[in-house]
Amino acid sequence: MTNDPKTLTRMDLAEAVYHDVGLSRKASGEMVDVVLEEVMKVLERGESVKISGFGNFSVRSKRARVGRNPKTGVEVTITPRKVLVFKSSPILKERVNDGK
Amino acid sequence: MTKSELVGRMSAKYPDLHAQDMERLVNTIFDEITDALAEGGRVELRGLGSFSVRERAARQGRNPRTGDTVLVPSKKVPFFKCGKELRQRVNK
Repeated sequence: MTNDPKTLTRMDLAEAVYHDVGLSRKASGEMVDVVLEEVMKVLERGESVKISGFGNFSVRSKRARVGRNPKTGVEVTITPRKVLVFKSSPILKERVNDGK
Repeated sequence: MTKSELVGRMSAKYPDLHAQDMERLVNTIFDEITDALAEGGRVELRGLGSFSVRERAARQGRNPRTGDTVLVPSKKVPFFKCGKELRQRVNK
C-alpha cells in the first residue's frame, strides 16, 4: 500500500507546488506542510474547514454509548468524543465518477 | 474557515510571497488531491489522513415521491479517513 505508485503524498504535493508556483523545492515542501498544519489547527479548535470545489471538514460530537468488544463480547461504555467528518463537494464526487 | 480565509491566513504568515502565488499554491494542493482521486488513486497525508475512492454497489432504491422502485447504479464516492494524529488532536 505504501509503495503503490498511485498513492499521492506530501512529497508529490511539494513537487506540484514547485512546478506551479516557482518556489524552491525546499520552500515548496515547507509551504505544503504549513498549509496542511493550518487546516489541522483550525479543526483542532472545533471549527470547520470549507474548501469550495473540494469538500468540507467538520468536527462532530458523539454522545457516550454502549459498545461491545467484538472479540470477547464484553459490554463497555464508549466515552463521548469528537470525530472529524469529511463531506465531499458535488464537484469532487462528479470528478471521481467521470474520471476527468 | 473557507479556502479564501486559508489563503489570507497564509499570506499574513508569509508577506513576502505574492497573495496571488499563495492562492495558486493552495489551489494546487487541493487540485492535485482531486486529480489523484479522479484517476482512482489514493492520497496519504501523514498526520492528517488519507483520501481514497470507494465503490458503492448498485441497489434498489425508491422514488420517495411516487414510491416507484428504481435501480440506483453502482457509483464511486470519495472517502476520507482521519489520521491518528489529527483524530487525537480533534478529540482533545
